[in-house]
Amino acid sequence: MLMVFRCPLGVATVLEIWSLPFMQRALLAGLAMALLAGYYGPFVVQRGLSFLGSGLAHAAFGGVALGLLLGVEPLWVAFPFTAGVALGITWVQGRTHIRGDTAVGIFFAFSMALGILFLSLKREYTAEAFTYLFGSILAVSPADLWASSVLLALTALTLPLWGRWAYATFDRELAAADRVPVILDDYLLAVLVALVVVVAIKLVGLLLVAAFLVIPAAAARQWSRTFSGMVVGAVIVGGLSVVAGLMASYSYNLPSGAAVVLLQALIFTVSALFMRRI
Amino acid sequence: MNAAESTARIAVEVKELTVRFGDHLALENVSLSVPHGAFVAIVGPNGAGKSTLLKVLLGLVTPTAGEVRVFGSPPNRVDPQKVGYVPQFKTLDRTFPALAEELVVSGLRRSWPVRIAKEEYEAARRVLERVGAGHLLGRTVSRFSGGELQRVYLARAFVRRPDLVMLDEPATGIDMLGEADMYRLLEDYQKETGATLLMITHDWEAAYHHATHVVVLNRRLVGFGPPERALSERCLREAFGHVGHAHGISLSFGGGDRA
Ligand SMILES: Nc1ncnc2c1ncn2[C@@H]1O[C@H](COP(=O)(O)OP(=O)(O)OP(=O)(O)O)[C@@H](O)[C@H]1O
Ligand SMILES: [Mg+2]
Repeated sequence: MLMVFRCPLGVATVLEIWSLPFMQRALLAGLAMALLAGYYGPFVVQRGLSFLGSGLAHAAFGGVALGLLLGVEPLWVAFPFTAGVALGITWVQGRTHIRGDTAVGIFFAFSMALGILFLSLKREYTAEAFTYLFGSILAVSPADLWASSVLLALTALTLPLWGRWAYATFDRELAAADRVPVILDDYLLAVLVALVVVVAIKLVGLLLVAAFLVIPAAAARQWSRTFSGMVVGAVIVGGLSVVAGLMASYSYNLPSGAAVVLLQALIFTVSALFMRRI
Repeated sequence: MNAAESTARIAVEVKELTVRFGDHLALENVSLSVPHGAFVAIVGPNGAGKSTLLKVLLGLVTPTAGEVRVFGSPPNRVDPQKVGYVPQFKTLDRTFPALAEELVVSGLRRSWPVRIAKEEYEAARRVLERVGAGHLLGRTVSRFSGGELQRVYLARAFVRRPDLVMLDEPATGIDMLGEADMYRLLEDYQKETGATLLMITHDWEAAYHHATHVVVLNRRLVGFGPPERALSERCLREAFGHVGHAHGISLSFGGGDRA
């Protein structure tokens, strides 16, 4: 550990860091997250749903709290709970004259209030809840890795839909005229983003999950001339920030989620300052 | 001519079409049939239901009552590849990173391209050059002027070589010379392919000179027929309430329907 502090980026230290099983799990989970966020993030950003990520993370808190209260694995409750909220937000957006951000705001507050209620019903001290708030590399379990893998596989199955999602993101009416099921796709994307948010919670913490979906894509937008290029850029920004952030987190004993997100914010700032926006 | 032959010659058939949005009546009991190869101009005041009519034909708006057939099928059964559409209001995301050729190729694929094949690029280049927008190749859509964007949307509609082209105020934002070129393009394309063209316009003069048929619409169908007849003073007065802002146009081709 001492050596790590003296020379955090030496070759021996790097090898040592990644030989630790919990760091390996964190790295795998982090890279899976970078891929997922890089894939969905550009849709979230271009569809003006940045706030949705944040809202869904808080909805996930309601699910996690319910899981803790019932004494079952919180993630298994958070998945259906958050997906349900995503469907609800999309429905409210489509059915009423309420703007998207207001719909998110309503569900956000509702789920958070439920979460607080559930936690208060559980009489014991709920330190575990804080793991979900702030994230921890130590907390990534093999089960979490399985969840990430399943979601990656599910996402791979949606690759043939990427073209029509992007088409509808660019011009919804043109896509609809070409018989793209735009409303079905709204629901599909919202649920998939909800699943990504839940998977990311252990690592990044629900307070910072939204950043993961938004910042790499927003940074990549600064230098991308095509949407496919933006996806590749977002994956690279996400991947780099995960690797460097986890190393910094281990070396300097920093919270992992915060370290990764701060790096992303740095990359975004540099991109915004030095890239001519195209 | 037997029944099968006569339906084969009809590209668009509208029967007693009524469209209601809540308690607002946008179209009321509209019937018309457009033969293959016609160049139809649709005119009428703002809010007359012109765009709504096209959206019904595209399957974007469901009729409240009545029946619509495009090439003999209900709109949502028609092969979208046969239909080219230029919307009036572009609902595009201006911040979306997109190259002009990607937008055009999306018209070929009906999906957004990850990577453009060589033949697709060539097809996009040819049609962009034809609408006078060859210089926009390789440039990003987010910085386009209104007229440039309109040209790329025109290219996108034509790249799939549609049998039916629906243009909602296609001259919007296009400069005067470009407008003449656009009408020439429409006429040439139609002669070349025998396609059917439906064009909404506020330019009566263009409708008079270029169209084979004119639809005068004001929620109800006011007139339908050859330009000289449909653009008669009586029809226009009925549709617009007055012909004051026609500045003499009504004189130059009025009276045909008076008999
Ligand atoms: N989705 C909708 N919901 C409610 N009302 C609508 C909707 N679409 C159109 N309308 C109404 O139907 C009427 C016809 O609209 P439409 O867009 O077809 O007019 P238009 O003839 O194209 O007019 P313009 O020349 O201004 O483009 C208008 O009064 C409009 O407000
Ligand atoms: Mg209109």
